[in-house]
Amino acid sequence: MVASDVQTVTININGREIQAPSGQLLIDAAKQSGIEVPAFCYYEGMALQAACRMCLVKIEKMPKLQAACTIPVAEGMIVHTEVPEVIEARKSMLEFLLSNHPLDCPVCDKGGECELQDMTFRYGLGESRFTEIKIHTPEKQWSPVVYFDSPRCILCYRCVRVCGEGMGVHALGVVNRGVVSEIAPNLNDHLNCDECGACIDICPVGALTSGPYRYKTRPWEMNHVGTVCTHCSNGCKTTLGVKNDEIIRGNNRDRSGLNDEFLCVKGRYGWDFHRHPERLTSPLVRKDGKLVEVPWSEALKTVANRFSEIAARGGTIGVAGSNHTTNEENFFLQKFARQGLKTPHIDHHRTGDVVALLDALSGSTGSLGTAEDFLNSKAILVVGADLSQQQPFLANQIRTNVRHRQAHVYVVTPGPVREDQTAKASVRYTDAGTLDRAVAGLHDALKAEPELLIVFGDAIRGEQVKRLVEFGASFGTAVKYVCLVDHANSRGASDMGLYPHLGPGYSSVDKGMALPEMLGDATLDALWVVGSNPLKKAALASSTAFVVVQDLFLTETAQRADVVFPAAHAYEKSGTITNVCGQVQRLKPGVRTMGAKPDLEIMGLLAKEMGLKLGIWTHDALFEEIRRTVRGYNVPLPLIQTGGAASTEPVNGRIALDGRPELVVSSGDTLYTSGTLGRYSKMLNSLIESPGALYKA
Amino acid sequence: MLLNKRHPEEVLVLTKRIHEPGYDGSIDAYLKHGGYKQYLKAVEMTPEQVIDEVKVSNLRGRGGAGFPTGMKWGFVPRQSEKPKYIVVNADESEPGTCKDRVLMENDPHLLIEGCLIAARTIGAQLGYIYIRGEYRFLVEITERAIDEAYKAGWLGENIQGTGQTFHLRAHTGAGAYECGEESALLESLEGKRGVPRIRPPFPAVSGLYQSPTILNNVETFAAVPSILEMGGKAWAALGIEKAGGTKLTCLTGHLNNPGVFELPLGYPVEKMINTVGGGIPKGRKLKAFIPGGSSCPVLTGDEAWPLTMDYDSMAKAGSMLGSGGVVVMDETTDMVKAALRIMHFYAHESCGWCIPCREGTTWLKKILHRLDEGHATAKDIDLVGDLAKNMLGRTFCPLGDAAALPTISIVHKFRHEFEAKIAHTAAPPTAEQLVALN
Amino acid sequence: MTFSPTLEERFSKLLDSYPEGKTRSAVIPMLLYAQDEIGSVTPELVQEVARRCRVTPLQVEEVVGYYSMLHRKPMGRIHLQVCTNISCMLVGAMELYGHASRKLGIGHKQVTADGQFSLEEVECMGACSWAPAIQTNYDFHYNVTPEKLDQLLDSLKKIQ
Repeated sequence: MVASDVQTVTININGREIQAPSGQLLIDAAKQSGIEVPAFCYYEGMALQAACRMCLVKIEKMPKLQAACTIPVAEGMIVHTEVPEVIEARKSMLEFLLSNHPLDCPVCDKGGECELQDMTFRYGLGESRFTEIKIHTPEKQWSPVVYFDSPRCILCYRCVRVCGEGMGVHALGVVNRGVVSEIAPNLNDHLNCDECGACIDICPVGALTSGPYRYKTRPWEMNHVGTVCTHCSNGCKTTLGVKNDEIIRGNNRDRSGLNDEFLCVKGRYGWDFHRHPERLTSPLVRKDGKLVEVPWSEALKTVANRFSEIAARGGTIGVAGSNHTTNEENFFLQKFARQGLKTPHIDHHRTGDVVALLDALSGSTGSLGTAEDFLNSKAILVVGADLSQQQPFLANQIRTNVRHRQAHVYVVTPGPVREDQTAKASVRYTDAGTLDRAVAGLHDALKAEPELLIVFGDAIRGEQVKRLVEFGASFGTAVKYVCLVDHANSRGASDMGLYPHLGPGYSSVDKGMALPEMLGDATLDALWVVGSNPLKKAALASSTAFVVVQDLFLTETAQRADVVFPAAHAYEKSGTITNVCGQVQRLKPGVRTMGAKPDLEIMGLLAKEMGLKLGIWTHDALFEEIRRTVRGYNVPLPLIQTGGAASTEPVNGRIALDGRPELVVSSGDTLYTSGTLGRYSKMLNSLIESPGALYKA
Repeated sequence: MLLNKRHPEEVLVLTKRIHEPGYDGSIDAYLKHGGYKQYLKAVEMTPEQVIDEVKVSNLRGRGGAGFPTGMKWGFVPRQSEKPKYIVVNADESEPGTCKDRVLMENDPHLLIEGCLIAARTIGAQLGYIYIRGEYRFLVEITERAIDEAYKAGWLGENIQGTGQTFHLRAHTGAGAYECGEESALLESLEGKRGVPRIRPPFPAVSGLYQSPTILNNVETFAAVPSILEMGGKAWAALGIEKAGGTKLTCLTGHLNNPGVFELPLGYPVEKMINTVGGGIPKGRKLKAFIPGGSSCPVLTGDEAWPLTMDYDSMAKAGSMLGSGGVVVMDETTDMVKAALRIMHFYAHESCGWCIPCREGTTWLKKILHRLDEGHATAKDIDLVGDLAKNMLGRTFCPLGDAAALPTISIVHKFRHEFEAKIAHTAAPPTAEQLVALN
Repeated sequence: MTFSPTLEERFSKLLDSYPEGKTRSAVIPMLLYAQDEIGSVTPELVQEVARRCRVTPLQVEEVVGYYSMLHRKPMGRIHLQVCTNISCMLVGAMELYGHASRKLGIGHKQVTADGQFSLEEVECMGACSWAPAIQTNYDFHYNVTPEKLDQLLDSLKKIQ
């Protein structure tokens, strides 16, 4: 809203004159003035309930106490929040609430960060007058993630709302009546849902608890590390709860980052690959056909010698980069390949045709959409993507947008998607031809929109991207685009030049082999794979190639390797990554694994062993270099350093295309899968197997 | 048909046809006795004139809250993009109340005509009669009458050539006192849990399916034809100042002649009990009196005798007129048991939405149970009063007050009976003596 | 699920009773009418009503437990409901309920072994001026005394 079209009213709270926009809820107006009106059921952004009655305040000229959560401010309103009548009412609400509450705080997961404890401490009675037998029902497990302890529930309905309004899943409801009313899952005794855990995080008490976190720790025993989720490309901030180098939980209750409180199941619970028993903790070198554990020095020396030897004789070395490693690592890898190994053969698994989009947009500014645009744009066109499955945060942004700003959503997908629920139009397609027609059919509706955000998946590639941009340009309105990619740093891998024909910032370089060509080259002398698993789906033609792999696990590719370096994952690293919308954020290491090293360190040690002069290889130094040399990455350093997300400027100019749109293939990950990381997450696998899993792999 | 003998003290307005010999409530009988004429009169009037007539009549909502009906109708926006609805609250479930069923069973077309006039007034084309599930026979009677009205052209399209379209349906509830609260009724009618809505907006602006809705009690709608017939002024004059007309009054409890009687507002309590109600059996004394359903604060016999049955008189005495469900309790009544039974009801019917009502009603029920069983202490008596006061005025909807008010009044006015029950309690209650719920 | 033709007719009339897109309104009546026919609200019925009214099964579950006339377990062929609320209590309803319980040998919400009778102590049924009142299924009986109740139960037994 523009400030000028909002009228301001003056109200008086506890003797203080306060200005507030007309129509604002009293509870918010008070909060903005630093006056706390306690509440359980009121939750900003969610439907009003007026159920917990904790926010009752005295308003002069009104006969009864009023719920501050549902009453809008009005000129001249005189409010009292700390008079005896109000204090008395709060005490009585807490007394009522605690009457059937089990008071098992010493063994409750929520103890120490429980809103009911806090409220009782601040506003409650010191004693209990309840001498009856409390109502008890046994605890229930609704899914691998969600446990429900009904007696602890205070029926604030936050979970019901976050699941329905927030997630669009509507998996929780209320059954029975009166004092035995209970929250219930959608499949009688278990859940069929996203398993996102939003209900658990939003629960003010210990009624909803999570499988991974139960009875693991007391909240105050953890350290909290704010970093970026390593699964999909959305770049959600997650705050890891860490104890003794173990990750105990992930959430974003501190609302840091672009995702506010949102996290999907992977962000909240998909970190357990960290302590998977098959995690590699020692370098491996193939001896007599078998991979055996060796000291780091030996493994580094083996690789350095072979790489040096092959490079010296002008042999062919292929390099496959990662969609998960940091920008610094990707930047350093291509530098290592191009300057150190003198090979042009470098590539990565492309999950979206970012290059084609950037090329098509050359000459225009402000045309790349950000995560905020999903939240604010008046109209959004989704083409060929199941956002709720593959881009869960972006899907959530759209839902919030629809809920609060009534955005018009248009969907063009092969099958039904959750966005259909609120879409203005949903069109299905079967192939490229029907896809084009389906999009074209929306022309008039889209043209009538004042602004538009076009989001597309891997169904749109190469020439189709160009046509889509021309389609958007034909409206004459402000149109922004987002090319969807899959993994945590897919966009960064692209921007840092992990292409056989493009260097950092999409600069033209001498053309090398693309990944399938490297794999298919029977004369390939060496293949260096960093954080990727190309041999899962393709065979390596060269039987003599010296294969080096950096990974967390013994993947299909690692099994073929001659040397395997145990790598660290994103939660163990520093550095930056770039999300699907080109927003750069910094990782913060929360845990460590004895024996594994970050990929940058492995590459740096290798460079040292080979005697290569590739510059300083710390993350900070490399990020400085990236800011200086990679087009679009000259982002404000303080913003990055303080945990913010900085938008990278689009490259503005034509880009050399390699004419290989078929190389763009989405990983096809669902809400419960995440490439190799997902395969080694017991939690994610248990969800796929659980009867209620909404999405099957 | 369930109908008690007409009492000479009654003023028959709404029930005038019912008492005609041989009157069977069919559309033929209704038309023969001047039925649907007031609708035709309304057709000749402007909506404003109809609303003015209702305002002049001083008709106040007969469901219990007593909100002026004309004013309520006036809140419905004239222009609305959304369709408008008529909803009849036939969820009669306030303990002590059984009046709407008499009208619906014996003269169903009177209600239909009332709805038709209301629909004409606000421009509604669809209406629902929400009937409590236990009244299945009334669902059937109402559906039959609706069918008759359709066939005779008093419902449907182009009603009697007026160009008006109005459809009416009977809708059954399934057992929930809370659905008598208007916004909870709307939720229930939409197929949801009967949990009240946050108000404002009120139903007149955003009611059924978020559309403007007139929602009134059966007796309120049924009063409208007679208001148009007599004129608002004459209708008002039947009652007293500020509360026009007659009220169907349900005489229940310790009476020689209980029944449902149509009495003018302002009728004296003493005459109502002794003359209309035939007095208290065995010449016993009046111990306690509930004027209009169990949600009202209880009055002692001494308090009740000099009062008259109208809104102001009851309010002045600290109670309310309510729904017309009079409960007469003689000197043999155990007031602790009465308090317990009333609280048992509210605990059973609390929808569970808000904390004070959900937890308070059950907690109070448990304490009252112990008091009644003789397992309580003097402190518990204070606790009952205290907890009830803690609910009062703080719950999401009026059910909390409905539970608190009679409790507070009984504890306050009949404290000695509670004290008598604890006099012999030797020791604090053991765990076994405490009451577990479910 | 299939129902009797009469019930099917009622259902289609019911679904026609509400405006376009508002079939959720039919959920509660449909559950009650179906329960009358099949005896209780079974899990299959929940699914069926959800399907017919185009709502989720959870939305149906939410109301099943809310409305006191909906039962998840079958009641007896004759479901005897005794009101003990204030107006009835004053004129002997508690004693009447105790009498019924002793006579049938069952308590609140229990069913006789032969499935003929079930008993429920219910809240006000709106027959206060003719108290004490009871209902056998949907039929009201007024000013009931223990003797009248005995006769009624005997006659209902005979009908069988």
